[in-house]
Amino acid sequence: MAYCGCMGDNASVGSKIAISKGVNRHRHDWRELGIRVLVPAAGVIAALLVSALFLILLRANPIAAYAAMVRGAVGSTFGLTQTLVKMTPLLLVGLGICIAFRAKCINIGGRGQMIAGALLTASFALRFGHLPPVVLLPMMIVLGFVGGAVWGFVPGFLKARFAVNEILTTIMMNSIALQLMNMLLQGALMDPAGIEAGTFLAQSARLPDAGRLARIVPRTLLHSGLFIALVMAVVVYVFLWRTTLGYRIRAVGLNPQASRYAGIKVPAYQALSLTLAGGLAGIAGAVEIMGVHYRLLEGFTSGYGFTGIVAALLGWLHPLGLIPASLFFGGLLIGADTMQRAVQVPSALVNAILGLVVLFVSASTVWTQRLIQRFRSQETAHE
Amino acid sequence: MKRRAFLVSLVMLMVMVTTLAVAGATSEAEADSEVFRIAVVMPSATTDTAFSQSMWSALVTVQEAMGGEEAVELVYSENMFIVPDAAAALRDYASQGYDLVIGHGSQYGTIIEDLAPDFPETAFAWGTDVNTFGLDNVYAYTAAAEQGGYVNGVIAGLMTQSGTIGVTGPVEVGDARTYVTGFYQGVRSVNSEANVAETWTGSFSDVALMTAAAQTHILNGADILTGSSQSVVGSIGAALEAGDVLWFGTQAEQTTLAPDIVVASQVYDWSMMLMEIVENAQSGVYGGESYILTLENEGLKIAYNEGVDVPAEAVEAAEAAIAGIIDGSIEIDL
Amino acid sequence: MSELLSANVLTGMLNTMLTLATPLLFAALGETFSQRSGVVNLGVDGIMLLSAFGAFYVVLTNGSLFLGLVVAMLIGIAMGAAMSFVSVTMKAEQGVSGIGLQMFGLGMSSLLFKVMVGTVKTVQGFPRVRIPLLAEIPFLGPILFNNNVLVYIAFALVPICWYVLERTTIGLAIKAVGQNPAAADSRGINVDLVRYGSVCFGAMLAGMAGAAISISTVNLFQDNLTAGQGFIAVALVYFGGWTPVGVMFGALLFSVANSLQLWLQVLGVNVPAGLANMLPYILTIVVLTISVSRGKAPAALNRPFLRGEN
Repeated sequence: MAYCGCMGDNASVGSKIAISKGVNRHRHDWRELGIRVLVPAAGVIAALLVSALFLILLRANPIAAYAAMVRGAVGSTFGLTQTLVKMTPLLLVGLGICIAFRAKCINIGGRGQMIAGALLTASFALRFGHLPPVVLLPMMIVLGFVGGAVWGFVPGFLKARFAVNEILTTIMMNSIALQLMNMLLQGALMDPAGIEAGTFLAQSARLPDAGRLARIVPRTLLHSGLFIALVMAVVVYVFLWRTTLGYRIRAVGLNPQASRYAGIKVPAYQALSLTLAGGLAGIAGAVEIMGVHYRLLEGFTSGYGFTGIVAALLGWLHPLGLIPASLFFGGLLIGADTMQRAVQVPSALVNAILGLVVLFVSASTVWTQRLIQRFRSQETAHE
Repeated sequence: MKRRAFLVSLVMLMVMVTTLAVAGATSEAEADSEVFRIAVVMPSATTDTAFSQSMWSALVTVQEAMGGEEAVELVYSENMFIVPDAAAALRDYASQGYDLVIGHGSQYGTIIEDLAPDFPETAFAWGTDVNTFGLDNVYAYTAAAEQGGYVNGVIAGLMTQSGTIGVTGPVEVGDARTYVTGFYQGVRSVNSEANVAETWTGSFSDVALMTAAAQTHILNGADILTGSSQSVVGSIGAALEAGDVLWFGTQAEQTTLAPDIVVASQVYDWSMMLMEIVENAQSGVYGGESYILTLENEGLKIAYNEGVDVPAEAVEAAEAAIAGIIDGSIEIDL
Repeated sequence: MSELLSANVLTGMLNTMLTLATPLLFAALGETFSQRSGVVNLGVDGIMLLSAFGAFYVVLTNGSLFLGLVVAMLIGIAMGAAMSFVSVTMKAEQGVSGIGLQMFGLGMSSLLFKVMVGTVKTVQGFPRVRIPLLAEIPFLGPILFNNNVLVYIAFALVPICWYVLERTTIGLAIKAVGQNPAAADSRGINVDLVRYGSVCFGAMLAGMAGAAISISTVNLFQDNLTAGQGFIAVALVYFGGWTPVGVMFGALLFSVANSLQLWLQVLGVNVPAGLANMLPYILTIVVLTISVSRGKAPAALNRPFLRGEN
């Protein structure tokens, strides 16, 4: 995680410079922001140009395809709402990834944490559906957090106490959560209506009306979970940059050695960061079933555990940077699907293109850093 | 550094030029209003030899029966296991004016319920479920997989030499569960001694683990295997390698995979149901009905493999079971 | 329960263990090299998928198993080179580029399968090779010496990898680069070259892992054939403490647990299938937690090398 480390370094160094030279601050920040947006954008364009070759080989018109991509993501009210629906879990999972990365922990367990959160949320709502929404909704979100946090705590604790690597545990915990959900969905949580009808589908009963998040735009899937995600982004920002706890988590990530000398219990803060990461992914799971599906069902997490990591890195591991990054990535996912339908290419191509985009964008970060450094040294030279 | 940048830009330029050239060469065809347009959204690939493939081949059959591409336009989105993606796809198709929009996955229920009221002139169909949400432009469909499972079980129960039969399933839900329930009772009805062992891998896609599960059954003495989901191709492979193990299939015709060992497959044939839906939709009836594929309505068929000898006794027993299920004298306990 | 201890069951369990362990072992050994040089390659699963397809396709059209294996290895090397370019030359965040590689492999393999093959077909994979005399050893003989050639290669690679890492200058260079790239650089070791080599070698083994599934165990290709085994392989590297022997034990443990859970189900032992399915994952975590030695991570793991900055 060196580069996130040094990104963090750069960012903090950058802000110190900016503060000390008050006058230059704005110009400096804007230019840096421009670089951080334009360079990855160039990466995306390069990846799409390469993908155009595949489209041509598949006898599809790349221009029509990419036009459909843009249209699908932002070209209509419905497309835009879809993008926002997709953005919501990406942002929440990404925020968790961001906290974990800041403490030098790699959380690959987003999927399992989402499942654990959703399991707890759904079980509670199905049992206590009679509660009024004012009580039920916050409880469900909180339980989503708790479920995910438990799933994040296990790797965190094992890392802190027994030095067990979190990549291993989070990968394994994903499968354990999946099997747990399978078990509950074929037993205690299986929809009684499905048993009645003899379909035995892997889904729970529908959540009570009181336990559903309101739809913001009628006849779309866009639900108020988006606001929860946005609020959490601000909360995480405040937590990481304005509280002692957050400061220590970042310190642990930036320089474990120095933190240890300063008396910070490094393992404890890493465990905390993984627990919080799990909790945020758990909220993503809860929000997903409360806003989109209205029930727990097999396969509801697909992909967000990983794409959340990508979104987090695209957002420079900054909670507020994650907002545009997850918006962009959500749009890309939706747009790519629209493209698949518009030019009728196999949907597998969508994954291949997304993979290329991720590769190109992650490769472009070196240029982002180089350019920023160049501008900084130019500025120092001016004075 | 400069040289590399130059090369990169050159490649990009070439790609762009090619793109433009190809784009110029292709012109978009206008949709004919006479054509009946069907769009389907599926959770797995059209080539999964199971659930999605059964629907896709039925649609192709319908298209051929109705006069080919000039009469029926078919489009699909596969691998749409993420529900919001499927939601986008379904709404997209509906707003493009497709006459019949199919959501081929039980996870799509919430979307169809939301979507259908906005497009009263469009017929929607979804499955596997029986719920039409009380909407008059939604059809629901499902398959009584236990019926063919029972018949397969009867044949298997009479053909086993070792008295041990292995069932390799993914997760004990949906039609995998009902198929296995029916299969078990079918075996029991003709062979009370037989040992029917079950394994569930916990995954719909893990072929390697499915192979291992089948090998485990074979080592345990099973001479007949069956199972459900797209990962059973692994079980079929294991049976094939063992040489003397027979296979019973479900969902789609699986004989082509192993012509020497597949005894019979329960085939989901959605085509008749689809024909009916299409005809209804053309005459202005957009939904309100739910279909269940059964042996009785011939939506479920037992496809025997000519290449494997089935004892006459077993064929007779299977025919009797089919008749019994149809007339209600055999009841399968789910 | 006592049935579990019968000779037949034990033989069967160990046999299944070897079959299941082989792809994991190839991929995890490869990842060990990659990580020893300081590069975490999370894209193993994608490499396995594309190579599995390549091997399958060659065998389907050409029939040559050897050629299929070679193609799988070449695809592995090519994807390893891409990974190295992004994460070594371009210094990208390795976790993310690995996920990109995985998505690409997943998508590309399904796409090619759809366009070039279209439907599930089986091929004739590597046959079992009975090693004369050794296979006659009671009990162990049929388990250990009646497997297909890829199983032998995978296990033969364990001592070879150990030897290369611990007893050769190449191994020394790999470890030096993973431990302290700046020091290695000052001693005249080409850090980037060593990392390229290690990642590509690791990816080549991941390619063999793909072939070990598509043309040796299941003998067919299907979308997402590996079902996440590449990620398990990455996890096993941590289990094995970055040593070939440790990785082998990890692969064996995970596989024997999987084999055990299948036998529990087959023998009708009264455990819910879901619980049985969890067994390998829980056991891996528990065993690693209670084991004494944890292995030490290469100090520069996941850290791009920039001359003069580390």
